[in-house]
Amino acid sequence: MGTVSRGFKGRRPSVELPPGQYLVEDFPVLSAGPTPSIDLQDWELVITSETDEQRRWDWDAFRALPSEQVTVDIHCVTHWSKLHTSWEGASLDTLLEGLETSAGYALVTSYGGYTTNLPLEDLTDGKAWIAFRYDGEDLEPEHGGPARLLVPHLYFWKSAKWVRWIQLGDQDEPGFWESLGYHNYGDPWQEQRFWGD
Amino acid sequence: MTSSNRWPDGNTLTGHLLDLFRVDVTTALGRCTRCGRTAAMAEVRVGDHAPGVVARCPACDQVLLRLVHGPGRAWLDLRGLTYLQLPVPEEA
Repeated sequence: MGTVSRGFKGRRPSVELPPGQYLVEDFPVLSAGPTPSIDLQDWELVITSETDEQRRWDWDAFRALPSEQVTVDIHCVTHWSKLHTSWEGASLDTLLEGLETSAGYALVTSYGGYTTNLPLEDLTDGKAWIAFRYDGEDLEPEHGGPARLLVPHLYFWKSAKWVRWIQLGDQDEPGFWESLGYHNYGDPWQEQRFWGD
Repeated sequence: MTSSNRWPDGNTLTGHLLDLFRVDVTTALGRCTRCGRTAAMAEVRVGDHAPGVVARCPACDQVLLRLVHGPGRAWLDLRGLTYLQLPVPEEA
């Protein structure tokens, strides 16, 4: 048909979605393990460079950083997409500011042991955040609270819940799912779900 | 003879493993590589609300097994298990 009614109020036209995705209105919970119990008194975020230069924030220091409000579409490799999700978080550009690094890759480790890997350039230039609010509320533990990585241009398994440590390095080390069949990069618009896609 | 020549290739595994993987694995005993707990696989904790299936030790939470299904193929990681003890029919 090629036409869209201006009065359309139901499912959005599929042309807004990456290939193979369907639209959801709820927010499905997917996790590789149990939700960890994280006391804010004990919470920390650490970034280390390939030369072992280290940045460390406790919760108060992290929350004192400038934050941004972003509205983004998110795409899960299990085929659901959710449009116009609203988050608040600190940009990785802010967290990495002044850190001397020539690393090409980042390995992200979460409380609970989950890991995911991505090129460092996918964390910079306004493409990634450490999010602590969703839809105006503190981020629920089941969705990664108190803080999770948000990298919306890649499949959502890259947006690690309960983020704790970002390790920059010269070697690309596959993470929890990337080491067992899932695509190393995970671009939803290229439908990079599995090895070889 | 080099060491690589002394070992048959992976095709040899077909005969060894074909019957094993047709059994119900939940009846097998598995030993956790971290804490050594040995129990029926039916007792492990399984998370399947994820891109794949993850089975964890109920005692120490170690990942015992990971399974990912893709179109026409699957990946299985058993590195969290020292061994699986599988029931097999006794020879007549």
